[in-house]
Amino acid sequence: MAGSPTAPPETAASTTMTLGRALNAGLRRAMREDDRVVILGEDVGALGGVFRITDGLQRDFGKARVIDSPLAESAIVGCAIGLALRGFRPVCEIQFDGFVYPAFDQIVSQLAKMRARSGGRLSLPVVIRIPVGGGIGAVEHHSESNESYFAHTAGLRVISCSNPSDAYRLLRSAIRSDDPVIFYEPKRRYWDKGLVDLEASPASLDRARVLRTGTDLTIVAHGPTVHTALAAADAAAEDGFSVGVVDLRTIAPLDMETLRRCAEKTGRMVVVHEASTFMGIGAEIAAAVTEGCFSVLRAPVLRVGAYNLPYPPAKVEDKFLPDVDRLLDTIDAALSYRGKART
Amino acid sequence: MTLVHDPPAFASPTDPPPPSLERIWTSKDSGPIQFVTPDGELTDLGAEYGVDRALAQTLYRDMARARRLDHEALALQRQGELGLWLQCWGQEAAQVGSVRALSPSDYVFPSYREHAAALVRGVTPGELLAQWRGVSHAGWDPGPYAFHLYSLVLGTQTLHATGYAMGSLLDGADDVVTVYFGDGAASQGDVNEAFNWSAAGNIPVLFICQNNQWAISTPTDVQFRAPVHQRAAGFGLRTFHVDGNDALATYAVTREAAAIVRRGEGPALVEAETFRMAGHSTSDDPSRYRTETDLATWQARDPLLRLETVLRSLDTRASYFSELEEELERLAVEVRRACRELPDPVLDQLFTHTYVDPHPLVDAERLAYRKFVELMSVED
Repeated sequence: MAGSPTAPPETAASTTMTLGRALNAGLRRAMREDDRVVILGEDVGALGGVFRITDGLQRDFGKARVIDSPLAESAIVGCAIGLALRGFRPVCEIQFDGFVYPAFDQIVSQLAKMRARSGGRLSLPVVIRIPVGGGIGAVEHHSESNESYFAHTAGLRVISCSNPSDAYRLLRSAIRSDDPVIFYEPKRRYWDKGLVDLEASPASLDRARVLRTGTDLTIVAHGPTVHTALAAADAAAEDGFSVGVVDLRTIAPLDMETLRRCAEKTGRMVVVHEASTFMGIGAEIAAAVTEGCFSVLRAPVLRVGAYNLPYPPAKVEDKFLPDVDRLLDTIDAALSYRGKART
Repeated sequence: MTLVHDPPAFASPTDPPPPSLERIWTSKDSGPIQFVTPDGELTDLGAEYGVDRALAQTLYRDMARARRLDHEALALQRQGELGLWLQCWGQEAAQVGSVRALSPSDYVFPSYREHAAALVRGVTPGELLAQWRGVSHAGWDPGPYAFHLYSLVLGTQTLHATGYAMGSLLDGADDVVTVYFGDGAASQGDVNEAFNWSAAGNIPVLFICQNNQWAISTPTDVQFRAPVHQRAAGFGLRTFHVDGNDALATYAVTREAAAIVRRGEGPALVEAETFRMAGHSTSDDPSRYRTETDLATWQARDPLLRLETVLRSLDTRASYFSELEEELERLAVEVRRACRELPDPVLDQLFTHTYVDPHPLVDAERLAYRKFVELMSVED
């Protein structure tokens, strides 16, 4: 949608496509550019994945490079490590966020640490794509937001895309990176459309993006909640408040430079994510921004996220997930914050 | 009957010698393939195969070197020079016999007790000890040795081997990617996933299971009901069961298994029946869970004594043994020297070894670390 804050400038190669198709285009481009790129995962071949992100890739690149795996997540990641050791650039698809845990050891103890334990001799250019988050009325284990587990692990990069253009550019960068990357795709935004410049350069993997500037408060969001944040900023503007929005894009590392700049400019910050707030990314941002910008803050950095509960049944997920109203309520708390007077 | 083959016939990547050990083993009711009895007598099968004198001498030397390194390392641990040591004592034949049957370029994924195999591949004593002295998580560059870093989370490396072998297929190479693991690790999901995918995908992996009877204190009858080779066969692997304290049989069996894998007939597994003579590690106390009788039984099946008996029965020159003894003395000196000369690690380096691409948090923390170190040195 030209004119929306997330859209890149229109060029000859710009096309409107869904976030899901943009990811497909990014994979296709990466596979065409580098024959060491291989895809592996459950149902990624003829079916094109349950979300069709790998649609047509096996047909065009063959079964040797788009590999249907047995139903075993640890094997998908473990074998990707072996492929990477042999000089390939594997891209794994984990079917749903809640299915990544069987691969936890391979990701956290093997993939993340192998370069460091080799004394920097080995590199593991593995991308693990994970559709993440709720909001699609799914059954249990299909709506998780587990980014904190991986962000907490040294050796991994954690990326979260929010719109078609970034999906395309960040995925290409993730595949080019020689570091292991956990790549989160906001599954309820797979069908969101936006302009994608197919000739745009791959995006930096350690820069956040300021989608909207403000003077009163900054909302920090990533992945599926970026859309929510932009809507809340619009609503706040109607009430006369100037609210900026930062799309993190990278969760590990965090772009602290951008976050500090925004905090210094607005003095107030609210972090929103679908994961529960306890020990979440918002907690880290609140701490880091407080450490770095304490003197300019006019209110504590506040967080909006899920409650610290297992993800609920679909019929109540709307009440569980942070929405525009909860975000506005917290923005209001930050704007009206008054420090306790000293006695 | 010809007992000695001269000149030696070392492992060639193709052409396993007849008869098919796979057929012999699978047609037998029970018991692993054996060429040499614990007393050092050739079995009928062993006699049929004959003994390659040069091979036997090589395997014996490999085993003797491993045992000497093992005992020196144990002493170093007791002296406080190593934080921990995991002995491979008793498993020398299973390791040496199998790794010698591969082509030197066949990439090997070890578990963490494969010191004998590592030495064969040329990993130096200092590189082997580094991890256990606490100066490194992994002491060698795996590439030149085609020998990967040790894996301490059990069984994980079987999947790495499977993926590496997938890459081998994609590259059109004919290498036999080989992975070592144990009877305990075989209970891990990763091992079973590796069996399954390698079989389903006809992926060229050779699995070597050293069944050393113990997973720390857990004996095999607690670990499983169906033996590993039986389970692997159920997944569709070609399987072998061998007396892992018999270096000659292990060599012949592994050579045949490797040839199957190299011909593209799919993955294979060798289960080598052996025994962990020491505790799990230098922190373990095996007297709490096993008897002196167990130990004596397996002491009588010692892999070195067995092959030495064969070599002596073949009238091996006395100089072979005396020269080997001198080599072992030199090795012992080298192990002690290399251990004490291992440089301490530098924490600063870990900041550069964790990521390939620039990472702002790592950069910021390295700066903070350096400033702190500088501050402390000024105060000193």
